Formats: sequence, structure tokens, C-alpha cells
Amino acid sequence: MLGYLIRRVLAAVPVMGVVALFVFLLLRLTPGDPAAILAGDNATPERLERIRTSLGLNEPLIVQFITWVNKLLHGDLGTSLISNLPVMKMIGQRVEPSISIALSTIILAVIVAVPLGVIAAWKHGTWIDRFVMGLSVLGFSVPVFVVGYVLIQIFAIDLRWVPVQGFRSIFNGFGPFFERIILPTCALSFIYIALIARMTRAAMLDVLGEDYVRTARAKGINEIAVMMRHALRNAAVPVITVIGTGFALLISGVVVTESVFNIPGIGRLTVDAVLARDYPVIQAMILLTSLIYVVVNLLIDVAYTLLDPRIRY
Amino acid sequence: MTNTVLDINNLVVSVGKKPGGPKIIDGISIQVRERETLCLVGESGSGKSVTSLTTMGLLPKGTLVPTSGSIKLVGEELLTATDRRLRQLRATQMAMIFQEPMTALNPVVPVGRQIDEVLRAHTKLDARARRKRILDMMEQVHLPQVERIFASYPHRLSGGQRQRIMIAMALVLEPKLLIADEPTTALDVTTQKQILSLIRELQRDHGTAVLFITHDMGVVAEIADRVAVMRQGRLVETGPLETVLRNPTMEYTRNLLASVPSLVPRQPREESREPVVLEANELSKVYKERAFFGKGREVVAADKVTLTLRKGRTLGIVGESGSGKSTVARCIVRLIDPTSGGVRLAGREIADISRRLLQPHRQKIQIVFQDPYRSLNPRVTVGESIAEGPINYGVAHAEAMKRARELLELVGLPADAVSRYPHQFSGGQRQRIAIARALALDPDVLVADEAVSALDVSVQAQVLELLDEIQKRLGIAILFITHDLRVAAQICDEVVVMQHGRVVEQGPAAEVLTHPKEAYTKALLDAAPGRNWDFANFRPVAEGVGATA
Repeated sequence: MLGYLIRRVLAAVPVMGVVALFVFLLLRLTPGDPAAILAGDNATPERLERIRTSLGLNEPLIVQFITWVNKLLHGDLGTSLISNLPVMKMIGQRVEPSISIALSTIILAVIVAVPLGVIAAWKHGTWIDRFVMGLSVLGFSVPVFVVGYVLIQIFAIDLRWVPVQGFRSIFNGFGPFFERIILPTCALSFIYIALIARMTRAAMLDVLGEDYVRTARAKGINEIAVMMRHALRNAAVPVITVIGTGFALLISGVVVTESVFNIPGIGRLTVDAVLARDYPVIQAMILLTSLIYVVVNLLIDVAYTLLDPRIRY
Repeated sequence: MTNTVLDINNLVVSVGKKPGGPKIIDGISIQVRERETLCLVGESGSGKSVTSLTTMGLLPKGTLVPTSGSIKLVGEELLTATDRRLRQLRATQMAMIFQEPMTALNPVVPVGRQIDEVLRAHTKLDARARRKRILDMMEQVHLPQVERIFASYPHRLSGGQRQRIMIAMALVLEPKLLIADEPTTALDVTTQKQILSLIRELQRDHGTAVLFITHDMGVVAEIADRVAVMRQGRLVETGPLETVLRNPTMEYTRNLLASVPSLVPRQPREESREPVVLEANELSKVYKERAFFGKGREVVAADKVTLTLRKGRTLGIVGESGSGKSTVARCIVRLIDPTSGGVRLAGREIADISRRLLQPHRQKIQIVFQDPYRSLNPRVTVGESIAEGPINYGVAHAEAMKRARELLELVGLPADAVSRYPHQFSGGQRQRIAIARALALDPDVLVADEAVSALDVSVQAQVLELLDEIQKRLGIAILFITHDLRVAAQICDEVVVMQHGRVVEQGPAAEVLTHPKEAYTKALLDAAPGRNWDFANFRPVAEGVGATA
């Protein structure tokens, strides 16, 4: 198992290398002078020259790359062109809200969706099944911001149970953190509940036709044990895949939710950076997103081997 | 003193809940007594499995429903029992083992825990006592290294070991009734023999009543005390083993028995002087498992196999699963590339030429596969499937279709079948279509890879007859791959016996199958179920020998 882990981590290195190269070339290979792009339309020649030196643009490409990677490995992602703050620091401030929302969303989605999917498959063809599937269609079709605003209207404005917007770090107490994160979590988890419930149901239906489920029933054990111990564990692989990719998508895709609930996360940081053509920040975001995907995929693969002893690498 | 354990009386099972639906089981009555084995025999679709699932209460809910009759287990009515009561009875009073040991166990739970579940659900024993009982039961089914197997996952075990686990699981609570649904059909003959004697032994020790479902008359002759023959949901005939095998009263039973191919090889044909059409010379196939780091594993699937086949003759390759017989067939047809060695087809070496150069030679050798349900494209009409080959070789569409109609008639199907789709045909008919497809290219060699193994015996007999007839008419050479020695005895001129990728013995079928020289061939023949019974002549083999001598 440890050997497998080490091999998988090593195999991720070239992937990240290719991403780094792409990110590096992104700026250098855009038509025109990168410094001019960075500086904007009304830059003075001095400013251009300053940018060139600070980015090392006067050096040969290969030297530039080595310097860039070297800095990268030391945690230096450059300085924002807009705020002049180190990019690393900017992202560091923004990561916690995004990760918090992504985690809480996926946890809520799994807790709700997996049982729903299991029940739908168990009661396949009955009104329960149709009800769950109907809910799932609803979850797919209502946009996040609609759900968000409706939740705000009901729970924050009418009932005044929770604040309307904002984010508090969990390190400043769980209460304030929780009351601010609950609404975005609910809003965002809608579509993931729909997705995971559907996937769970489909995977369970496949597995319920298997011989070993019949064997389990022939043993005279109760239906709950048949469902959980025999069916769900075998249905878990595709479900885990969806949960994993869902999580990775969440981290980079919470822009709308962050806007609706006014949360200072990395989604909004990215949008702001793109609009302002803040290249160092954009580069860092691409790297970070790829890293998250690589790590999540690694975790999914590890989960596979834990769930299914037949999978070996 | 024998007590009736299972008493099925006038059982009717219909499709759907509404009255008047088609009846899958139509009024069958059978009894199984303590210490007795009742064999429920029938071809596919006869309703034997439905009978067993109804007894266990495991019918798919809502689709198949018992509508009348009764099933009593030691006097207790099962059809009206609650789900809860049925769950209590399962494993404690009645248990079941299934056909496919490969899929009947949960792949992600160690086998020991799967047996443990039975004890946890039905007893109040503590963990220590349960473990002791399981290990004890695993010893009883003669599993080796029980401690290790206890913690193993199913995929680590062989098919025979898995079926032993299933039996241990079924019998750990000493149920009164064991239902065995084709428990040895998926196993090799040598393993089958062991499992059958294991069931016998455990039955003797525990006094279990066994309802044994099978399609294989050989197995019936080995294990049954009494036989019940089923056909299309009805009971055709029932009686003690000897009576049914010797004096079957019903026409259907007589035909069923007469279709069982004899283990005694057919009259050998005279030696052939026809040209050799196919030669394999030291043919080997090695599978390499590449590892990311470190050394990969090598599996030798075929090891220096040499064989020759003459025009108009049939060469059988026999062996158990994993013997490499299919690998050899696929290398010869170049569906997979051999690692080394040569294949000469009509005098031309084809083992190592490129796919492009191979193309013109492909039409000279054609293959028919085992599963007629999956080897024909379901979305393509039968005629197009047959015509596709010739069209690829430049025959005009209209002409190829005309030929397809002729071929269908040759294999005993109506010519207008060309416009129909595979699902409109039965298994046997589909295999005929597959044969017609193979013949469409006028091959010199027809490779039949377990081509009759998935068919019921009566259909099997017809397809074998068809192959024989086609061979006589077209002078085609047949390479016949089979695990079934009975089939081999009836169709092959020569046989090659394979084990672990190697040829163990080869020679004329009449010689090898009656006077085997090698221990492995002897063991194979010895394990063939019902080898002492000459089914088609309704007498034991020994009597037949006495009569003709």
C-alpha cells in the first residue's frame, strides 16, 4: 500500500511539471510583449522596463523557466500587479473560505444523497423512487443563485435566523462560522445532492442484480445489512468518483456562490484577477486548481484500493 | 424412518400479479425426504431454477408470483410465511448454493466474514465461538489452510474453493434442506467430482435433504437418489434413479437421455491421406504483466504446442479451464499474436506476417465462438452478418446476400431468416447462424471454440450432427476446442489433451479416450460424470460391453 502511494505521488510529479510549463508559457507565448500586456495600455517605457527586469524577461527563455520554477518551489508565486502583495499571501487569505464551503457542501451532499440513492434503488419503481428522482431533476435544473437568494430571503431576511452574507473564520469560534456557512452550503449542495443521489441509485441498481446480493438474501440476513454491507460497498466506486470530481469542481467553481453570499474566497479572487489581467495571480490559480485536481484524483484512487481489494496497481 | 423435508404440492408460479398471466411453473409436485437427493433435471427454460427460488422466497419481487399450490418445509407452509419468518428459516432450515461461485460471493468482503454473517444473524454465539465454528466448518468442506482462507477475499480463491466456501456457508447451521442450483456447472470436471462427493459426504454426516438442480445427466447419474424431469414448467416424469435411466416412460425423457453424447468414442474413420491444411509448430504464447517499477510477471498460456489437421478431419483440443486450449485456437486464427512458433495454413506461414499481409489468408480460417447470445451483433440482420465477410473480400452485395440465403438453408434454417435479427432466434439457431457466417468465406479450416458448450443437450446433438454433415459435404477441416470429453468423443478424429499450456497427450480419439497413457488424461476421463452409464442405450456401460462381447 505504501509503495503504491509513493508510486502514485511520483507519477503526479510529471503532471504538475507539464502544468507548470504551460502556465509559464501562457504569458511568454502570448503574442506581443508580455511586459506591455502586463503594464496595460498607457504604460510609460520606464514602467515597461521595470516589469521586464522584475520578471526576468530579458534573459533567455530556458533561464527564465529555471528561475521561475526555482521560485515556485520556494513558495514564491510572484507579486500581484494590482495590489503589489505577494500572490502566495493573497491566496492564503482566500483559501480558507473556499475550502470550508467546498468541504461542508460535499459532506452535506453525501450525507443526504447517498441514503436517498440507496432508498430509491431499494424501492425501485415505487413512488419513493420516483419522488427522489423528481427531486434530483429539480436539483439539476434550478441555478445556484436562485436557490441562494431564496434561502437568504427566507432564513436571513424573513426569519432572521442567520446573517445575510459574509464569512467568519472557524478559528474565531464555531458559532459565527457555522451560521454564515450554512446557507451557502445548502444552496451549493443542491446540485451535488441531485448528482450523487442519481449516481448512487444507478450504481446500486447495477449491484442489486448481482449474484452475491442474492446469496446475502439467501443467508437470511435483514435487508438493511444486504443494502449496506453487500450492495453499497460494491456500488461505492462510481459514487466515490463522482464525489471526488465534484469536490474538485467545487473548489474552483464556487464563484457564483461566493458572489451571492459575499464571501472572500478564491473563486472571486480568480474572477477579479482575470478581469484585471493580473497574470501572476491567474498563473497561481491555474497551478493551485491543477494541484487540487491531482490530489483529489490521488485520493480517489487510494479510496478505490481501500474499497475494492481486487483493484491493485 | 424417513421424514419428508420438502413437500411442494401443485405449485403454480405466474408472471405478474394479475391472474391469467403466463405460467412459468404449472402445477408441479415434488417431495424430498431426509438424507435423500432429488435431482431436478431439465433443459433451459424448464422452470427448475424458479422452483428453487420460490422455495427460498427469493423470486424477484412483483415479476414472478406463486399463485397457487403449497410449499411445506418440515410441515411449515412457506408461501404464506412472512418475510421475517422466511429470513429466520433461511440458512437455519433451508440453504442454497448457486451455479456461479465466481460471482456468488461478495468480492469486497473476506470469505470468513461472509460465513460469519450467517452466524451473527441467526445465533447468539460470541465472536470466539463463531470463529471456531466457521473454521471447523471450513475443515469439514476440506479447505486447506483454513486460517489463511478465513481472511482471504474471494478473488484469491479458485472456483472450487469458492464453491466450498458457499457450501460451508450453507451448511454451517445444519439446515434440513439444501438446494443446490447447478453447483458444479461452472467448474472443471475434476473439481466437479470433488464437490459432488463433498455434498454426498456432508449429506451423510448431517442427514440433509438435497434438492439438486442440474441439466447434466452425467451429474444426475453420479448424485441422485431420485430424479424429477421438468419441461416447460411441468413435471414430465419422476422416479428412482435406476428406473428413470433404465426405463423412462415418457418420450421426452427418452429423447433427453438419447441426446447425451456417449463417452465411448464413435467408430474411427479410416486414416486420411488428404493434404494437411493446418499445422501449428511449437506455438507459444507468453503473457507479460508489466510493472511500473520492478520485474513483471510472465504467464505461459501456451507452451510449444504442435499439431496438424488434414482436410476433412476433426481435431479436438480438450482440457480444463486455464489449460490454454482457447489461447491456442486464438493464436492459430491470429486473433491474438503468438509469442513464438509457427502456424502454416494451407502451406503458408501466417504466424508472424503483418495484419495487412494476413488479410487474404483470413478467409481460409474461420471461427465459431462459445456464446451464441453475444457473438452476433444484435443490431445487424442475420443476412448482413453472414454477408459481411464475403463483401469485405470483394463480393457484390446482392451476390453475398444470395449466398447467405443458401448458407442458412445449409445449416437448417429458412432462407428468409436473412432479414431477421439475432434476438428472434433461440440459442441453437444462433449457433447455426454463427456457423453459416463462418462458412460464408469458404474456409479450409473451421475453428469451433466451445461452440456447443452453452447449448442444451438436445440442441447440442443437433449442432454436432450439423457440423458432421457440413464436413462430409464440404470437406472442411474442423479444429474443435472443448472441455467436454463426451462431445470430443463424438466428433473428433484426433484429440490433443492440454494442461497448463502444454500438450499432455495426443493421438486418435478412439485411442486416447479409451486407453489413455498419461495420468492426467486418465484423471480427466475418470472425473467425467456418469462415465459408468450409457445413457443413450438406457443401461450401464458395463452391461453394454457384456452384451456386445
